[in-house]
Amino acid sequence: MEIALSSTLQMHPEPATANRRIRKSIIPGFGLTTGLTVGWLTLIVLVPLSMIFVRSAGMGWTEFVEAGFSDRTWAAYRVSFGTSLAAALVNAVFGLVTAWVLVRYDFPGRRLLNALVDLPFALPTAVAGIALTAIYAPNGWVGQYLDPVGIKAAYTPLGITIALIFIGLPFIVRSVEPVLEEMSAELEEAALSLGARPWQVFTRVILPTIMPALLTGFALAFARGVGEYGSVIFIAGNMPFKSEIAPLLIITQLEQYDYAAATAIATVMLVASFAILLLINLIQAWSRRRMNG
Amino acid sequence: MTPKNLSSRFPAAQYGLIALALAFIGVSLVLPLAAVFVEALSGGIETYFAALTEPDARSAIRLTLLVAAISVPVNVIFGIVAAWSISKFDFPGKSLLVTFIDLPFSVSPVVAGLVYVLLFGAQGLLGPWLREHDIEIIFAVPGIVLATIFITFPFVARELIPLMNEQGRDDEEAALSLGASGFQTFLRVTLPNIRWGLLYGVLLCNARAMGEFGAVSVVSGHLRGLTNTMPLHVEILYNEYNFVAAFAVASLLALLALLTLVLKSIVEWRFGYHHGSARH
Repeated sequence: MEIALSSTLQMHPEPATANRRIRKSIIPGFGLTTGLTVGWLTLIVLVPLSMIFVRSAGMGWTEFVEAGFSDRTWAAYRVSFGTSLAAALVNAVFGLVTAWVLVRYDFPGRRLLNALVDLPFALPTAVAGIALTAIYAPNGWVGQYLDPVGIKAAYTPLGITIALIFIGLPFIVRSVEPVLEEMSAELEEAALSLGARPWQVFTRVILPTIMPALLTGFALAFARGVGEYGSVIFIAGNMPFKSEIAPLLIITQLEQYDYAAATAIATVMLVASFAILLLINLIQAWSRRRMNG
Repeated sequence: MTPKNLSSRFPAAQYGLIALALAFIGVSLVLPLAAVFVEALSGGIETYFAALTEPDARSAIRLTLLVAAISVPVNVIFGIVAAWSISKFDFPGKSLLVTFIDLPFSVSPVVAGLVYVLLFGAQGLLGPWLREHDIEIIFAVPGIVLATIFITFPFVARELIPLMNEQGRDDEEAALSLGASGFQTFLRVTLPNIRWGLLYGVLLCNARAMGEFGAVSVVSGHLRGLTNTMPLHVEILYNEYNFVAAFAVASLLALLALLTLVLKSIVEWRFGYHHGSARH
């Protein structure tokens, strides 16, 4: 998967691979490094992850469905996926604006803004969680203005969405930014000289070019949101059927020693994230084909 | 004047968009960050330091440092080894291997914790055997370390693989044909080439290792003074309505985040390091 490879790499696929295969590499360490990589990966990631599927397979279909798709669990999936979708949509708009501003304009504080975008990657999720809760609680900095007009942010799905907006923003900005940087100005110039309106230039020239990157960022932010725990639980209120997210339900089941239910929910979530991963790969492949063809 | 591009043709839009971006980042990112420090200091400076120096807080800080001190070097070694294998050699299944290395990014932290409980917990696959041999992993420090290693697994590798792919193999091949040993080649040729990428990966890996919450929460058992990391301690204090103390400990983690951002920016600006990853 080449999600994270820089776009320069994607446009210059490894040259002369065939040649290199004929001329055996003189670089040492193939067996050692590949063996260690595969071995450690298997031990730390693959074997533990496979436990989820081993456990669910041993469960039997009805038990699995009862645990993984109970009414309460369905409600939790709806909350998790719904709020993640809403947050990713908001981030798609504002993340695109932020990336555009960072790439196209020079203004005092640009570097500071650029550094700040990565804050959600660096700030522990629990810290973000309690800080957002303090801000959006009815007596908080923002909450005190929302409360009188009847908007309840903290302890509702809206609060969850706010936390996921915080978490997801850099995924969109950092996905779109390199594509905007590399986009040649000539296309825009040509469209403008030919009399296109600015809105047309945006929807017909710019948007199609950045669409794969935007979709990738969207999918990454969405996937991260679905699995997110630390930043959400403080602001969520965690009411079953209303503001309970799926990861929290896993923990609740674990605390009641209901390993089967926890595993069933985890299986559904793992399958969902693999599906998103596959989708991202398809977007990447589609965009590469479009660029080369 | 010939139209250049959208940006230069509509200067008015420029200010609107800049203001929009600044307002959005201000409300969604800067405000929470500021809230951490304001809330932490709301009880006065003495309360602040008292919250940081009480025994449970100190033991949480120690445990967090210990977990990072183990998991970051482990991931550095793995990252270098994996990037060497993937960038220097061609073999079937390489792209599958890269996908698998990325896997922990796509797994919910809670699920990451759960898989270790299923493996090492009392009801887990190896649970009975571990109990017989008096080895504690879940609800103990080894579990916390393992979960952290899992969560931060791709950070260094993900940074180094594209970088070393881009740099190719010529430098190493030249050094080797001039008679350098494999290890010398790595130390004198490869390492200087990748140092900024490596530092970048270490910074983000460390920030995540110290700040991880979900995965660690599942395997820790929340034993005060024993298996509480700083983020878990923040949660406990917060749930006890001890907000000032919770934010005081949180402010240390926020300072760590700011330090990470500053160092990361220095690597980018001063040394022109341009990383190619949007995933963390």
